[in-house]
Amino acid sequence: MSAVLQSARRILAILSKELTQLRRDRTTLGMVIMIPLIQLMLFGYAINTNVRQIPVALVDQANTGLSRVLAQMVEATQVVRFTERTLDITAAQEAIVAGRVRAAFIIPSDLSQRVARSGSVGAGLATPPSTDEQTSRPVAQWIVDGSDTMIAGAIKGLGAMPLTELLRPPANRTTATFAVALFFNPEQRTAINIVPGLVAVILTMTMVMFTSAAIVRESERGNMEMLINTPVRPLELMLGKIVPYIAIGLVQTAIILLLGHLIFSVPLHGSLLALAGATLAFIGASLALGLVLSTIASNQLQAMQMTVFILLPSILLSGFMFPYEGMPVPAQYIAEVLPATHFMRAIRAVMLRDAGPTQIAGDTLWLLGFMLVGLLIASLRFKKRLD
Amino acid sequence: MTEPVIEARALTRRFGDLTAVDALDLSVDPRTIYGFLGPNGCGKTTTLRMLTGLLTPSAGTVTVLGHQLPRDAERLKRRIGYMTQKFSLYDDLTVVENLGFVAEIYGLGHRAARRRISALLSTYALEPMCSRRAGRMSGGQRQRLALAAATIHEPALLFLDEPTSAVDPENRRDFWERLFDLVDAGASILVSTHYMDEAERCHRLAIMESGHKRADGSPAELMAGMGARVVEVEAPNLRALKQQLSALPQIISAAQLGSRLRVLVADRIADPVAWLRAQPLQPTPTALEPARPSLEDVFVTSTGTHVGSHQP
Ligand SMILES: Nc1ncnc2c1ncn2[C@@H]1O[C@H](COP(=O)(O)OP(=O)(O)OP(=O)(O)O)[C@@H](O)[C@H]1O
Ligand SMILES: [Mg+2]
Repeated sequence: MSAVLQSARRILAILSKELTQLRRDRTTLGMVIMIPLIQLMLFGYAINTNVRQIPVALVDQANTGLSRVLAQMVEATQVVRFTERTLDITAAQEAIVAGRVRAAFIIPSDLSQRVARSGSVGAGLATPPSTDEQTSRPVAQWIVDGSDTMIAGAIKGLGAMPLTELLRPPANRTTATFAVALFFNPEQRTAINIVPGLVAVILTMTMVMFTSAAIVRESERGNMEMLINTPVRPLELMLGKIVPYIAIGLVQTAIILLLGHLIFSVPLHGSLLALAGATLAFIGASLALGLVLSTIASNQLQAMQMTVFILLPSILLSGFMFPYEGMPVPAQYIAEVLPATHFMRAIRAVMLRDAGPTQIAGDTLWLLGFMLVGLLIASLRFKKRLD
Repeated sequence: MTEPVIEARALTRRFGDLTAVDALDLSVDPRTIYGFLGPNGCGKTTTLRMLTGLLTPSAGTVTVLGHQLPRDAERLKRRIGYMTQKFSLYDDLTVVENLGFVAEIYGLGHRAARRRISALLSTYALEPMCSRRAGRMSGGQRQRLALAAATIHEPALLFLDEPTSAVDPENRRDFWERLFDLVDAGASILVSTHYMDEAERCHRLAIMESGHKRADGSPAELMAGMGARVVEVEAPNLRALKQQLSALPQIISAAQLGSRLRVLVADRIADPVAWLRAQPLQPTPTALEPARPSLEDVFVTSTGTHVGSHQP
């Protein structure tokens, strides 16, 4: 019993020492607040997967009333914006190469004839034989800088734009093949999906960064030689080092979610208990990961490099930017190891889909397991020796 | 109990090709101050680290306070104190915070810690700066703080690695008074140094040179048994005289001290003053006087170099 008590007191000693040092380190303390604040503003506003207002060159070779209506219709979709007008296709291509525009919209001079044929098709007057070269010709052409798949996809989407409005009132619109009902984010605002994900990204960054430097810093400043000469045990040292940062992680989570709610109207549907549980487990897992890195790195610069090494896949593979399901299977395996992937799933489930504790139990338990294994590895790797 | 507090046999530590400590035998008696005297890089710190269990010896055996190292290193930790050569407390904590932290790590109760800390503050004259951050203290003040922290749990054995390197001579005397107080209270101390005056205060002394122990004994024994006699010589052109003397096989060393030359003559010459007079020296010495040997002389005879100078 007294051994446990002694152990608890040593953990407490390390913990309060860390807090005192942290309190005196104004820069770090500032970063604790500023990192989530700035990242939230940056990503919340900037990351937008709904492609809009792509700059495009318009080559209107017809230059008729009809061609102008067509151009207006295209622009009315808000997907593109005509920033350059020219009659010369080569000039439009040059604009693409120079990067001023992402695509060129070419309206051929025989637009009205093409529209007439296409119109008869669209109106369903007759089923055209697919071999009829003339009847199946499109009304206009897009030349697209296809290197960015997201932009290319958006413009490709315009290819199937109905032209009925060009011919007659919209009452006659064709019925869609599928009815699509969008749950959870009906207005398709990117921030709804990004802000909960940001909690995972920012916590990965700050938590791993703080603790990856924690052990190395003691060595670099020469405190380690004194510390390993005392009766302190490795696990006590590790626990004393991570506990203060759990509080910091919770503060950062609160900042992001609160501002996400106030500024980006990101709802919080699910149970707070489930959210708190998953967040704590994730903070613990990230801190333990940082400690493991800290026992590998031999100086703070290396620790920082390792943090970046963890951070990048946590952003790119965790489902934060791109859907997990779309990744190749080996990448999914890698993602599966990262704590951020599990937390991303859990926090989005709770916040956006009103999931309860049982529905995210799998991911939460995985994170807890990760934390325990991490702490164990860090404690075993940490040797009270200089050699 | 007269069993040695430290017993090392053939203690060796290699770093790659370099043998930093080579087959060192060591025996330190309880309630004594044992000194390690040697120039930079001779292996003092490496030895202390092996004796505290921080470095694993490449070969040899060590028993400290009855604990065999490195096996029992953890059990030893509570009974020893170690003041590192480089300041190793926290620069961004105050004096009291640093001492409080160390006290808690060693498991002193709250009340005991408070009593101990206030006693240490007055012993080491740290009261006026008790809420100053360690990083803003002078080198000497920092070393007093480090000693206070190393003794907070009243260890039976204290390791001090160049504890007074930043302390002025007067404060060094005070510092050593405190060390003798600790010995009176029952502690044993192993201290490394490259100051002769400090070495002279030790009960017993080992002279180290590039990983080897060259001599071992009390300062008086070492001076008596150094195998040389000291003569101080005055002459108009000391540099020329020094060159001629150094060439003689009976002369162990000749070193200039101000306007005189301190000459060590091998003790197979029964009367060194007469022998020197008989030498055909140019210029002729104006005065020749026998002198008392010092530890510096012991160091020179046992290592062939002066402390801090390079190998010839
Ligand atoms: N970790 C290490 N790796 C490689 N070589 C080392 C290491 N530590 C010490 N050495 C080498 O071992 C030798 C002895 O070093 P040590 O620090 O023990 O000397 P010292 O007597 O304490 O010197 P000083 O008076 O300068 O403190 C030196 O040549 C040093 O370069
Ligand atoms: Mg040293």
